[in-house]
Amino acid sequence: MKNYLNKRNLITFALLLVIFFVVQFLIKEKIITSYMRSNLYWIGIYIMLGLSLNMIIGITGQLSLGHAGFMSIGAFSAAVALKSDPTLSGLFIGIGIGILISLIVSFIVAVPTLRLKGDYLAIATLGVSEIIRIVLNNLSITGGASGISNIKMLMSWPLLYVFVVLTILLTHNFKNSAVGRACISIKEDEIAAEAMGINTTYYKVIAFMFGAAIAAVAGALFSTTYYIVKPDSFGVSTSINILILVVFGGMGSLSGTIIATFLIGLVNIVLQPYAELRMIMYALVLIVVMIFRPQGLFGSQELSLKLLPNFKQNWFKRKEKSS
Amino acid sequence: MLEFLNQIINGLSLGSIYALVALGYTMVYGIIRLINFAHGEIYMFGAFAGMLAITVLRLPFFFALIFAMVVSALLGVFIERVAYKPLRKSSKTAALITAIGISFLLQNLTAMIMGNNTSAFPQVFDKQVYDLGGVQINSLQVLIFVVTIILMFLLQFIVLKTKLGRAMRAVAVDKDASVLMGVNVDNTITITFAIGSALAAAAGVLIGLYHIRVVFWMGTAPGLKAFVAAVFGGIGSIPGAMIGGFAIGLMEALVAGYGGTLISPYRDAVVYMLLIFVLLVKPSGLLGKNVKEKV
Amino acid sequence: MSLLSIEQVTRNFGGLTAVSNVSLKIEKNELVGLIGPNGAGKTTLFNVLTGVYTPSSGRVMFNNGDKEIELSKLPPYKITRKGVARTFQNIRLFKELSVLDNVKIAMNHEAKYGLFGALLRIGHFYKSEAYIDEKARAFLKEVNLDELADTKAKNLPYGKQRQLEIARALATGAKLLFLDEPAAGMNPQETHALTGFIKEIKEKMNLTIVLIEHDMSLVMEICERIFVLDYGKLIASGSPEEIKNNPKVIEAYLGDEVEV
Repeated sequence: MKNYLNKRNLITFALLLVIFFVVQFLIKEKIITSYMRSNLYWIGIYIMLGLSLNMIIGITGQLSLGHAGFMSIGAFSAAVALKSDPTLSGLFIGIGIGILISLIVSFIVAVPTLRLKGDYLAIATLGVSEIIRIVLNNLSITGGASGISNIKMLMSWPLLYVFVVLTILLTHNFKNSAVGRACISIKEDEIAAEAMGINTTYYKVIAFMFGAAIAAVAGALFSTTYYIVKPDSFGVSTSINILILVVFGGMGSLSGTIIATFLIGLVNIVLQPYAELRMIMYALVLIVVMIFRPQGLFGSQELSLKLLPNFKQNWFKRKEKSS
Repeated sequence: MLEFLNQIINGLSLGSIYALVALGYTMVYGIIRLINFAHGEIYMFGAFAGMLAITVLRLPFFFALIFAMVVSALLGVFIERVAYKPLRKSSKTAALITAIGISFLLQNLTAMIMGNNTSAFPQVFDKQVYDLGGVQINSLQVLIFVVTIILMFLLQFIVLKTKLGRAMRAVAVDKDASVLMGVNVDNTITITFAIGSALAAAAGVLIGLYHIRVVFWMGTAPGLKAFVAAVFGGIGSIPGAMIGGFAIGLMEALVAGYGGTLISPYRDAVVYMLLIFVLLVKPSGLLGKNVKEKV
Repeated sequence: MSLLSIEQVTRNFGGLTAVSNVSLKIEKNELVGLIGPNGAGKTTLFNVLTGVYTPSSGRVMFNNGDKEIELSKLPPYKITRKGVARTFQNIRLFKELSVLDNVKIAMNHEAKYGLFGALLRIGHFYKSEAYIDEKARAFLKEVNLDELADTKAKNLPYGKQRQLEIARALATGAKLLFLDEPAAGMNPQETHALTGFIKEIKEKMNLTIVLIEHDMSLVMEICERIFVLDYGKLIASGSPEEIKNNPKVIEAYLGDEVEV
C-alpha cells in the first residue's frame, strides 16, 4: 500500500478530483451547454480509442487498421444488452460481453496475422475489420444493416470521466512496465528483441488484445451516447480517424494522443457546419504530419516539464530518417 | 451447366476490372515497395472523369475513356511527386500512412465537389444481349473484355519490348544498380504511377458504364479486392496481377451465384478471408518471389 | 561433454547452400574465432546457432551441465533464455531507448509479474521494477557504461554503441556469447580497447565466446582456437599459428587483404 501513497500520486489524485468537480459544477450551472457536453463525450470516447490504438501501433509497432471493428463489437454488445436491461447494470453487462467477444476475436485474429509485417499487417487488419462489418450487416440479432436504434442514453460526465481516467491509468501502467518495455523493444527492432529473450509473438498478441478490449469499452460508451449504432458507421473511415489521433499526437505518446484528441475535437466544433471540410482537414493532418513531422506532436515521449528548455531548438527538427 | 458458364462470363468481366486495378497496385509495389492505398480512389476518379467527359465535354465514349486515362495518370503523377517522393527514404509505415491520408483526401474532396449522392454514368451504348447456345453475354461485357485485353497487350508490350519497360523492370529489381546503369529512376517511378493510374481509370470508366452508379466511395471495396487479387497473383508480378484479377472476379461471381441466401451476402468477406489466408500461407502469392529480411 | 556441439549443420536457401555440413565443437570457457572470406556463411551459421534460421539438416546441441538441449529446435528467444546470446553485424540497438532501458530489456525475464501485475501495479510489480533497475545499473557499472545510462542509444558514439551491443547481450545472463564482427568499422585504438574489453568480460564473467571477425590482429591476439569457413564449408581449424600458415586458408583469402 505504501507504494501508492507517494507524493506524486496524491497530487495527481487531487488534481483528478478537482477537474471532475469543476466540470461537474460547470455542467450543473449550465455554463457547459448540452452541445459542449456532447463534444466532451466525443473527445472522451476518442481518447479511449486513440490510447488503445496507440498501445498497438505506437508502443508495439504493429500497424493495425482494424480498430473500428473492435469498437463495433463493444457498441453492439452494449446496444443489445441495453435493449433487455436499459439501466447502468445493463450497460455494464454489455461492456463485459463486449470485452469478452473482443478478446476472443482479437486473439483469433492476432495469432496468425501478427506474423505479418508492416503493409501486409495493415491490410490484413483492414480486411478483418471489413469482415466484422459485413458479418454485423447480416446478423439479425444486431439488426442487420439498419443496426440498433433507440438505445438508452446513459452517458453522463461522471461515467465518461471514470472510464477515461481508468483508460489513461491502465495504458500508462502498461507502457511503464516490463510488458511495455518489451513491446517498445519489439517496435524498435523485433529481431533484436527476440535475440534478447523477448517472446515477441506473446507480447504482440497481448498488446493487440489489450487495445481491442479498451476499444470495445469505448464502443459500448459510444452506443449509449449516440442512441443508434449501425455496422457501416464502424468502417475504414472510423479506423482512419482513430489512426489520425495517434499519428498526430505522436506514436507512443499517451499525452500526445490526449492532446491531439482535444485539438481535433476543438476543430470539430469549429468546422461543425462543414462536414466534408472536416474530413478533408483530417486527411490533410495525416499527410502533412507524415511528410513534415512524422513523429507528430511528441514523438514517443510524454509531455513533461523536461521538454521545455529544448522546446525551441527541437520543435522544427525533422526526425532522423531511419531505414 | 449453362448457368455455370454464365457465371463464368460474369466472373471474367468482373475479373477484368479487378485485373486492371490490380496491375496498378502490383507495378507500384514492385517498383517502390509501397501499397498505394489511394489507388482505389484513382479508379473512382477515373469513373467520374469519364462521366464528366461525356456529360460536360460531350466527348464520344472512346475519347472520354482516353481523357479519363490521361487525367488520372496526371493525378497519379501529381500524388507521387507531392506525397510519396518526399517519403522515399522514410519508414514504410510513414509512406503507408501518407497513402491512407491521400485516399481519405481524394474521397472527401470528391464528396465535397460531386456531392454525397450517387451520380449516373451516361448509357452511351445500347445494351445488346447475345445468346451463344444458351450462354448469355451482353455487349458491355464484350466491351470490357476487348478494352481489357487491348490494354493488357499494350502493357506487356511496353514492359517487355521497350526501353522504358526495361527500366521499370530494372528499378523493380535493384534501384541503386539501376541508377548506376544510367536509368532515370525518378522518371521511371513517375511513369509507372502514370500507367497504373491510367489502367485503374479505364477500369473505373468501364464499371461506370456497366453498373451506372458513380459515387465517391465506390473505390474502397474494389480497391481492396483488387489488392487481394494482386497479392494472390504475386505482388510485384504483372502476369500475377492479371491472373489474380480474373481469379478473384470468378470467385466472387461463383460465390454470389451459388452461395444462396446464406453465403452470397458474405461474398466480399470471402474475398477478404482469402487475403488473410494467402498472407499467412504463401505471402508471395502464385507468381511472386519470396523475399526474406537479411539478418 | 562439449558446451556446444554443431553436428553436420547444413542450411540452404533455395538453390544456394550457405552452410554446408559444418561440424565443430566449442568447449566451455573457450574464446573461439570464426573467420573466412565474405559470403563464407559465417553470419548464416550464427543465425542457425541462435535460432533465426532452422538448419536444413543437422542439429545443434547445447550442454549447460544440466542436460543436453537441442538448440536447433528452439525459437531465438528460448535459446537466449538458455544462456546463449548474440550481437549483430549491423548494430541492432533499441535506438530510441536509453542505455539503461536497452539493458533492462535484456533483463526482462527478471520481472516476476505479468500483464495484470503491470496494469494494476499489484503483486511483485514494485519489487521487480526496483530489482531490475538496481541490477541494470549495477551491470552498467561493471561494463563501464554507467555514466551514459540515460543517453539514448542512437546518440552514443560508434565505439560505445558497439560496446553496448555486447553489454546488452551479456545482460541477458548468457554464458555463451556469439559476437558478429564486434570490431567492424573501428580504428586501431578502438579495436584495441574492444580487445581489452572482451578479454575482461570473459574473465570476470566466466564466459565462452565465439566471434566472427575480419580484423586479423584482433583474431590472432585473443582467439585460442580458430575455425575457417569458405563457401559454407569448414576448411580448417586449429590454433592461430596453425591457421596463419595453413595453405587452404591462405588460398581462400587470396585476393583479400590479410592483416597478420
